[in-house]
Amino acid sequence: MNDLAWIDAALTSARPQAVAALLRYFRDLDAAEEAFQDACLRALKSWPQNGPPRDPAAWLILVGRNVAIDAARRRRKQEPLPDDELLSDLEDAESDLADRLDNADYRDDILRLLFICCHPQVPATQQIALALRVVSGLTVKQIARAFLVSESAMEQRITRAKGRIAKANVAFATPGAPERAERLAAVAAMVYLIFNEGYSAAGDTADARAQLCDEAIRLARLLLRLFQTEPEIMGLTALLLLQHARTAARFDASGQIVLLEDQDRNLWNRALIDEGVALIDKAVRHRRPGPYQIQAAIAALHARSERPQDTDWAQIDLLYASLERLQPSPVVTLNRAVAVSKVRGPEAALTMIEPLAPQLSGYFHFFGVKGALLMQLERREEAREAFNRAIALANTATEAAHIRMHLDRLDQTAS
Amino acid sequence: MLYAILCYHSEDVVCAWSKEEDDAVMAKLNVVQEKLTRQGRLGPVARLMPTTAATTLRKDRDPPLVIDGPFAETKEQLLGFYIVDCESLEAALQVAADLAKVNPGGAYELRPVSVFHPSSLPS
Repeated sequence: MNDLAWIDAALTSARPQAVAALLRYFRDLDAAEEAFQDACLRALKSWPQNGPPRDPAAWLILVGRNVAIDAARRRRKQEPLPDDELLSDLEDAESDLADRLDNADYRDDILRLLFICCHPQVPATQQIALALRVVSGLTVKQIARAFLVSESAMEQRITRAKGRIAKANVAFATPGAPERAERLAAVAAMVYLIFNEGYSAAGDTADARAQLCDEAIRLARLLLRLFQTEPEIMGLTALLLLQHARTAARFDASGQIVLLEDQDRNLWNRALIDEGVALIDKAVRHRRPGPYQIQAAIAALHARSERPQDTDWAQIDLLYASLERLQPSPVVTLNRAVAVSKVRGPEAALTMIEPLAPQLSGYFHFFGVKGALLMQLERREEAREAFNRAIALANTATEAAHIRMHLDRLDQTAS
Repeated sequence: MLYAILCYHSEDVVCAWSKEEDDAVMAKLNVVQEKLTRQGRLGPVARLMPTTAATTLRKDRDPPLVIDGPFAETKEQLLGFYIVDCESLEAALQVAADLAKVNPGGAYELRPVSVFHPSSLPS
C-alpha cells in the first residue's frame, strides 16, 4: 500500500473517535469537523515524513485541538505560531495521550456523536445523511448520489440537520446507565436504517447505495467494539453481516430481484455468514433475546440451509412468534405468515394475514404475499387483484417487474 | 525448528477491504503458501475472524470468568494456541475450561477461525 492509501485508510478509521472527542472539546459539530479536517491536512504533511503515529486517532485529536486553539489565539493576537515546533512537540505528547484514551474514554464520545446524528428532533432522512457525513466521512457528493438528490439539496439537508441539533442541546456530561442504553438503542436503529437504505436499492442506484451497507457494517462493528457485552449489538452486527452475505445473489444480470428461494446459494458470502453465526452464538449466551438477535437468528437459519428445501421453517415460525411478542407489528406478522405457509400451508397463512389488511393497505409486500398465497390456493381472480394492488404500490421498478412476472405466470396457466 | 508466524494488522483496515480486494490479497498469499506446501514445509494456516467475534476466558480465578471480547491485557504474552473443532461457542468454552482446570493462570481467547488450511508437514 502506498503512503496515500495507507493514510487515507487510517484517517477514515480514526474519524469517529477523533471527531467524537473533538466534539466533546468544542461542543460544536462544525468546529469539531473543521478541527478534524485541519488535523487531516497536517497528517498528510507529517505522516509520510515522520511515519505513522502509534495511535492515529489520538494524534488527530491532539493536533485538531491545538490547531484550533492556535487559530483562535492567532485571531486574537495576530501573531503566527511556528508550525513545525507544534508538530515536533506532538510526537511525545501523543503517546502519552494514547495511553489515557482507551476504548472506555472513546465510548461515550462516539456514542454521543452518533446519538446527536439520530436525535429525535432530526427527521430520519436527515439523520442518515448527517451520520454518513459526520461519522463516516462520506462526501456530500457521495451521499447525494446514494439518495438520488442534487449535491446542493443534500448540502442543505445536512445544514438543516445541524441547525436542529444545535438547538436540541444534547448533554455533554457522561451519561448514566439508562441514558446510555437509550442512546445505544437509538443509534442501533439508525445504523440499521442506513443499512436498509443500501440494501433496498436496486438497478442504477445499487452501486452508489451498496456503500451504505458497508458503512452500516463498519458502524455496527465499531459499536460492538465499544459495547462488547451487549447482545443486541452482537445481534445487529450479525443481522447486517448475514443479510449483506446474500448481496451478490439478490439481483440477476438484468437487475431483477431474485427471491431467497431462487437465489444461487454459491454466490452467498460464506465468510460473512460464518461471522454472523459466530456473533449469534456469542449473543445467545447472555439469554437476553432482543429483536436484532431474533432477526439475525432467522437470517442465520436461511443462510445455513444449503438448499431452499432444507430450510427449518418451523423454527423460523417460532422465532417470528417471539419477535411478534417482543415487537408486535403487522409487518412481523406478515413475515411470519410466509413461514406459516411453508409449515401449515397457504390457507393458514392467509387466515393469519387477513386481519392485517386495514393496517397494511398501503404496503407493497402485503399484496405481494397475499397474491402469492392466493395463487397457491388456485384463487386466480383474487390473486390477480392482489398483484395489481401490489404493482400500484411498488416502490421501485424492480419490485413492479417482479410482480408482473407472477401475473404473467397466472395468465399462462389460465390459458 | 518449527516457527509460528503471527499476523498483526489493523482490523479496521482489513475489514474495510471489499470482497475483490480481500480475494486479491488471499490469492497472492496462496501463491507463497503453495510453494511452501510443495516443499512440505507449511503447517496449518488459519485466518481468524475479527476480534468482535472473540470471547475471553480468564483462568486466573476459579471458576474461570467468561468475558465478551478479545484478550486485552498487555501484562501477559501469547505463549501458544490450539485449534479445536467445536459445535458451538459453548462447546469451545467447555474445552477451554477443561484446559484451564489443569493449567490455571492467565487467559484463553476464543476466536472463531474463518479460513483454515490443514498442515502439509510430514507427520
